[in-house]
Amino acid sequence: MDRMNDNEKIHRGLEPEITEKLRHQAAELSQCVEGGDYVRAMALINELGEVRDQSLYREVGRLTRTLHESIRNFQIDPRSAEQKEVLSMMTDASDRLAYVVQMTGQAANRTMDLVEESMPVANAMRDEASALRDEWQRLRRREMQPAEFRELYGRIDNFFVSLTQDADTIYSSLSEILLAQDFQDLTGQVIQRVTTLVKDVEEQMLSLVVMASHVDQLTGTVHQIDSQEVSAEQGVGPQVKAEEREDVVSGQNDVDDLLSSLGF
Amino acid sequence: MKILIVDDFSTMRRIIKNLLRDLGFSNADEADDGNTALPMLKSGKYDFLVTDWNMPGMSGFDLLKAVRADDNLKTLPVLMVTAEAKRDQIVAAAQAGVNGYVVKPFTAAVLKEKIEKIFERIQ
Repeated sequence: MDRMNDNEKIHRGLEPEITEKLRHQAAELSQCVEGGDYVRAMALINELGEVRDQSLYREVGRLTRTLHESIRNFQIDPRSAEQKEVLSMMTDASDRLAYVVQMTGQAANRTMDLVEESMPVANAMRDEASALRDEWQRLRRREMQPAEFRELYGRIDNFFVSLTQDADTIYSSLSEILLAQDFQDLTGQVIQRVTTLVKDVEEQMLSLVVMASHVDQLTGTVHQIDSQEVSAEQGVGPQVKAEEREDVVSGQNDVDDLLSSLGF
Repeated sequence: MKILIVDDFSTMRRIIKNLLRDLGFSNADEADDGNTALPMLKSGKYDFLVTDWNMPGMSGFDLLKAVRADDNLKTLPVLMVTAEAKRDQIVAAAQAGVNGYVVKPFTAAVLKEKIEKIFERIQ
């Protein structure tokens, strides 16, 4: 089975007229050898070699052309000095992603600054309100001395003033937090552009690989590619499409189930 | 109660620090990877370690193993708060002696539940 597939692949790599020529010459070679015409046989072997060389040159030529085209498509021109200075799209893509990291970081820190400013304000409001409520209950139960009542009177006045100020502070923090989310629009656009570039690069790379494989078939080159198993020990980052994968948990419930199955 | 929070992203350290403060733990220090955390743990008398997994330098998993291998630290409770979500990794962390495992993104309620569970067991 594998052998048949291999043969099919080789035929696909060669052009039809070349395979036809090869078949013809091979048949003639076999006749010459059987008929004892060794001079003609040797000449045929030379011709076969030439066919192989010519196809090889043609494939290498194609590979080079595609490579050049791909480089041109990436807009990198190593020959021109000004182009070297102009950012290539790849460098641009890394800069764009760095910008995303910077923008998201800024937004997160701005949001947390505002949250950390607002939390003590909310706490103070709650504490004062509950203290006043206790005092108010004492007043209603007529447990309060006139001096204490005068103090409570002033305290309630102050509370109304600070309540207005504190509510304003919290409201303006909340609206600033809302504004800090505007990064999503900008980073979203940037990421979409980089995604498009990555897809283009992937397509170009794929066509190069296909071209190079034709050369490999003609020369009979077999690459020893060691598949490198990435160890998860150093960490692999967040999993995308976790729900489609068996070896990945899809949330805290899965983690808890797994750990309890281990006796945790 | 003195806590060490280890994460390479300052935003995440800040979030965890805030959540811990809401839970009543206000004495927390920060480190950005295992290499900075380990010497702090060895000299700092910490009662609890919260660590990410994936960090440059020394990973949280290696930090966990180093803690468990150290005679003075081996009983330190360790909570992993990480985006690492492979089953193999969670099993490996459990075998290495982690006390709790919270997968990112997480909620304040989940963090609270796991921390309370860890302290229940210790007491």
